[in-house]
Amino acid sequence: MHSGHGATKSFGYAAGSLLAVVDLPVIETATILADADRLDRLDDDSKLKVLARRRIALLFYESSTRTRTSFELAAKQLGAITTLVSDKSSSIEKGESLKDTGLTLRALGAECIVLRHLSSGAPYLLARSTGLPVLNAGDGMHEHPSQALLDLRTILARVPNVNAKRIDEKTLAGVTVVIAGDILHSRVARSNALLLPKLGARVLLCGPKELLPEYALELGQGVEIERDFDKALKQAQVAMMLRIQRERLAGLELNLDDYIARYQLNYVRLAANAPHALVMHPGPMIRGLEIDDEVADGPNSAIEEQVRHGVAVRMALLARALGVVDFESVIA
Amino acid sequence: MSDVLILNGRLVDPASGVDSQRDLLLRSGRVAAVEAPGALKDAKAKKTIDASGMIVAPGFVDVHVHLREPGQTYKESIATGTAAAAAGGFTTVVAMPNTVPVNDSVAGLEWMLDAARGACVKLFAMPAATFGSKGEEITDFHELARAGAVGFTDDGKPVLHDDVMRQALVAAGGIGVPVSQHAEDTRLTGGCSMNAGPVAFRLGLRGMPVAAEAGIVERDIRLLRDIERVDRLRPHLHVQHVSTAKAMDLIRAAKADGLHVTCEVAPHHFTLTDNAIGDYNTNAKMNPPLRAETDRLAMIAGLIDGTVDCIATDHAPHALFEKEQEFERAPNGITGLETALGLALRVLHKGHGMPFSQLIELMSAQPARAISLEGRGTLKVGSFADVVVFDPAAEWAYDVAKTRSKSRNSPFDGAPMLGRVAFTLSEGRVVFQN
Repeated sequence: MHSGHGATKSFGYAAGSLLAVVDLPVIETATILADADRLDRLDDDSKLKVLARRRIALLFYESSTRTRTSFELAAKQLGAITTLVSDKSSSIEKGESLKDTGLTLRALGAECIVLRHLSSGAPYLLARSTGLPVLNAGDGMHEHPSQALLDLRTILARVPNVNAKRIDEKTLAGVTVVIAGDILHSRVARSNALLLPKLGARVLLCGPKELLPEYALELGQGVEIERDFDKALKQAQVAMMLRIQRERLAGLELNLDDYIARYQLNYVRLAANAPHALVMHPGPMIRGLEIDDEVADGPNSAIEEQVRHGVAVRMALLARALGVVDFESVIA
Repeated sequence: MSDVLILNGRLVDPASGVDSQRDLLLRSGRVAAVEAPGALKDAKAKKTIDASGMIVAPGFVDVHVHLREPGQTYKESIATGTAAAAAGGFTTVVAMPNTVPVNDSVAGLEWMLDAARGACVKLFAMPAATFGSKGEEITDFHELARAGAVGFTDDGKPVLHDDVMRQALVAAGGIGVPVSQHAEDTRLTGGCSMNAGPVAFRLGLRGMPVAAEAGIVERDIRLLRDIERVDRLRPHLHVQHVSTAKAMDLIRAAKADGLHVTCEVAPHHFTLTDNAIGDYNTNAKMNPPLRAETDRLAMIAGLIDGTVDCIATDHAPHALFEKEQEFERAPNGITGLETALGLALRVLHKGHGMPFSQLIELMSAQPARAISLEGRGTLKVGSFADVVVFDPAAEWAYDVAKTRSKSRNSPFDGAPMLGRVAFTLSEGRVVFQN
């Protein structure tokens, strides 16, 4: 509404970029999930042809196990050539800017950049500077779109009475997803809270005021706050747990004993409030803090499944980024 | 003969209460005559400006600009910054001290004000309130004032410690110049790059709370009250770039209590909100940050009801490579000298019905009064011939590619402007002509 006052010029981003789920239409989400299914079903040799010898750069300014490996495996399974550049052991250590790093990768032939960065919004800068399709693999406290998409795929596969074949504004109607813990610092929470309501889910955010400001309500329709974890769980078909991001607390001091008492998802709490809920966690988990062993490794847990869904979703995102949509003709 | 005649214009000179058709004769850098239309028809001048359809007003006074010289002339220089000022209708600018090195000495101040720097409009400066703007030990206010200081500030940073701010207010109060405070409690804003609120939450950026600004304003007002009571002085606090409704309310109350407080508002704070950050546009990043719509409206209310003394741009040029960084890493600040009038007329006059005379007063007479300038901010006979002639009805779009500044970090590239400067004269010389 204020663009009339100020006129921030809007930038064009290369087609196939995924910088945030906030502006991802439901129909695009449906296509990405359908592509993930189609790619998943291909045999290994056929997969290798989909992005054969296409060049993908993985640019990681922050440590990562799951996301990096998963993007890398997804790219390699589709036959792409990948190169990993991390902030350590590269010219980034010498002070090279993100823009110049991106231009260098482009000059070396990269056709797509997967970026993990500690600064919110960095993928926008990289996409503007290079004109290449950029996949946001997590930026600061902002978003982690591929994580939200793989979480969605996990929910569709596991939550009963959901028609996973039909992705639209009502697919998740009647499903309440509780996201609990350090919402403030979590890009996973933001992406899920922005993505799942688009498909009709109700997202209940749960956490103490220091980690969950009231502003969170303004993320959009379908997002609510319930600070009492037990009350939230009673309504949940899905409980998504988050770790406390010590590296981003910036001086904030929490009483961990109190936190555990209020927000830990342990066996007793799960059994009492949501015995059938699907338990998810984007990782890394801090066992004994936000989640206990029995829950993490128990029958409700979809945590390892999430990781597996990650590869399929990222294959679809990479193919989309490189403009390959007609897999059948590519592999023929 | 260097005389200039400005004919057929509508003179708006709030300091002398004039708003009607007047012709002006400028001679030897001063206003020589202000007469009813036709009365100067026999006057001869080297140059005659036909101001038909235009407003003729005192050249604007900006009490808050960053000219980056010495030390950062890749961003701006005194010559280019004052050229941008002239293009915006400003004939007086006050340079902030956060240069490299910090302007905290008489030698530094004299160097900055030296004609060799090439300022094309009148340049004043506020040296640092504390050595190195470190907030610890106040500078030599007496010597600096003798060398031309029009106030003291650590702009870019607050004078945070109570005792240091108290000393600064007492010392400046004794001389009769303001302490100009960048009101930010930096203990609450570490790692923050925008306003705290729903937009910051969505963007995953740490936000500066309203309390960081309001807390310092409140503390400074308390110090003023205390100094009036204990020291029997009447110090002058000038609050820079007010951006929050809370701080505005505190200033309004302090003024009602009779304390000597003045304040400024920047055009971006009455024009934009934090929504303008959009996709992490670093040209919408400054400190204090763009705030919420309620704050923006409170700035406008304060401008209209007289709580705000002046519009000041906080012109803060930065090079492209500095702004083309991650949002949190990019430096704070935007350029503003060339867009101030166009935004003020569009938002305040057209959008909120502010009369021309009040708008011009906020950009000339009142800022001149805030720093006690003699003979500027008015076009009374005998004043300096600092004049702006502008077409108040011209609608145009700002094109940052045409800027006089060395830098292009404006969020208003392509934005609609109302009112366009046709001529700017500094002490009788045409320094800008469109």
